[in-house]
Amino acid sequence: MSREKKQKQGKREKQESHRTRWFWVFVGPFLLGLVVFTYVPLGWSVYLSFFDAHNTVTPTEFVGLGNYTALLRDDAFTSSLWTFCLFTLFIVPTTYAASLALALMVNRLRRAQAFFRSVFFLPAACSYVVAALIWKMSLFNGVRFGLANTLLGYVDADQIAWLSTTDPPWYWLVIVTVRLWLQAGFYMILFLAGLQRISPTLYEAAAVDGARPGWQVFRHITFPQLRTTSVAVVLLLVINAFQAFDEFYNLLSDARGYPPYARPPLVYLYYLALGQGQNLGLGSAGAVLLALIVAVVTIGQARWFGLGRKEADA
Amino acid sequence: MSSRTGNSGLRDDGLVRAGRALRLALLVALALLFLVPFYLLVRNGLATEQEITSPDWTFFPTDLQWGNVTELFEDSSVPFARSLLNSALIAVATTLGTLVLASLAGYGLARIPYRHANKVFYAILGTLMVPAAVTFVPSFVLVSSLGWVSTLRGLIVPTLFSAFACFVFRQYFLGFPGELEDAARVDGLGYWRTYWRVVVPNSRPVFAAVGTIVFIGAWNSFLWPLVIGQDQNSWTVQVALSSFTTAQVVRLHELFVAAAVSILPLLLVFLLFQRWIVAGVERSGID
Repeated sequence: MSREKKQKQGKREKQESHRTRWFWVFVGPFLLGLVVFTYVPLGWSVYLSFFDAHNTVTPTEFVGLGNYTALLRDDAFTSSLWTFCLFTLFIVPTTYAASLALALMVNRLRRAQAFFRSVFFLPAACSYVVAALIWKMSLFNGVRFGLANTLLGYVDADQIAWLSTTDPPWYWLVIVTVRLWLQAGFYMILFLAGLQRISPTLYEAAAVDGARPGWQVFRHITFPQLRTTSVAVVLLLVINAFQAFDEFYNLLSDARGYPPYARPPLVYLYYLALGQGQNLGLGSAGAVLLALIVAVVTIGQARWFGLGRKEADA
Repeated sequence: MSSRTGNSGLRDDGLVRAGRALRLALLVALALLFLVPFYLLVRNGLATEQEITSPDWTFFPTDLQWGNVTELFEDSSVPFARSLLNSALIAVATTLGTLVLASLAGYGLARIPYRHANKVFYAILGTLMVPAAVTFVPSFVLVSSLGWVSTLRGLIVPTLFSAFACFVFRQYFLGFPGELEDAARVDGLGYWRTYWRVVVPNSRPVFAAVGTIVFIGAWNSFLWPLVIGQDQNSWTVQVALSSFTTAQVVRLHELFVAAAVSILPLLLVFLLFQRWIVAGVERSGID
């Protein structure tokens, strides 16, 4: 190798190590934090889940899969998983349809589009805690002064103890409407962005082909064009539904604790790990199970949608 | 023939107009429905306890009880002012910290060539799949072993590393015009100074968008502050509100006025930055 070439190579290597150093200056602090506060807890959680750890962060006795089998045999935990599944199966399609419908309506407005967009998006500024408070203490209060019961009173209907009856389970209506109110506007924004990306020439072409505006255009143009947005929205909805904690906790628990019904897994784990028993081993096992379920659902969904895309391309 | 199409065109016009009116009516009705909870919040916050619980429900309270606000701040059983201050400190610190850390990382990933940059990126992206709430047990264990329970540190530091924010910044910087940076290089600036003097000043909208989204998230977050804020002095506004709703004796007028006060800062941020929030959500690049 000639001297010149060697010099060139040396220069290139120096440049590369210079770049590498700066890459780590920029990315390093963030990545380190992520490792400490996400990867380490995750690993620790897996480790703790194999131990008996009451009231302590240092595991005492190795129990193998004992925590897992105990949890899966625990009716309270399995029923909370079931609760979550029901909740997800209901809230995901409902929010999806509601936010898509809002976006379609708002998108076709000629005037006041910004106004309606703001109004529907405004609940995103409310926390689940505040929303739960309004729902529990004013809208769906079990006594006469709640707005819903006042309205029922006008039509001489029976009053409903919204949050404290399990038969029929009126509390579902309360829980579902809180989440719809809080989330629909946010997803509407995503759909609006998607709608604005659709090329107008597609609609012109459809009109030339004689597609009637309305259902036909929606089915053959709008909906397929929203595919990527739809995939993202459904994924986010599922992950968010899985994390349901705030509104359940604030709507249903009171000074006496949490009623045994309508308990999502996170609420159950919260009481298990940080309640009186402080059973961190069992709590960690639950967290790992939950994470596994989320991963399976998310990956499964991505795969499923991915396969669909291939078919559409073919 | 032509007259027939003309007729049907007229009829269609009428139909279209009717359809538009119907849609507008539906939208107005829905908008009112969406505003009802806000109205209830204000109405109950400015009513007397009797008026909130009265079976003879009225649309407007007979006279507005502005005294509820002072009563809330004078009530010593709940440290509401303190919790507001905590929330403000946490939200501001989290926002600033996240913006610095995530934007640097996003820039590095997008603009500094490094052989394993993609692997690093996927390691960061992967944490988006881990629902944050699922790691709360081990995170609590970690923070408590650091002795950070009930401290602002414990409430802020673990939330600073948002993979979502990093992702948005990376996507944004990937599309950043290279000419500006090239000009800076010619002037002899290194990565560090190019970033601070050229890239950041030219990227204000994305900072505003991510900043407001992070701020809203930090202000509204509940589970983590609930887990970590174990004594009253470290409560955030959300935890304080929640303690109101789960308490045995509830002073409703105070509760509602507290909730109304708690969303004021966000409504302000919201009104000021709405355009950017919308742009940020759109850009969050969920696709």
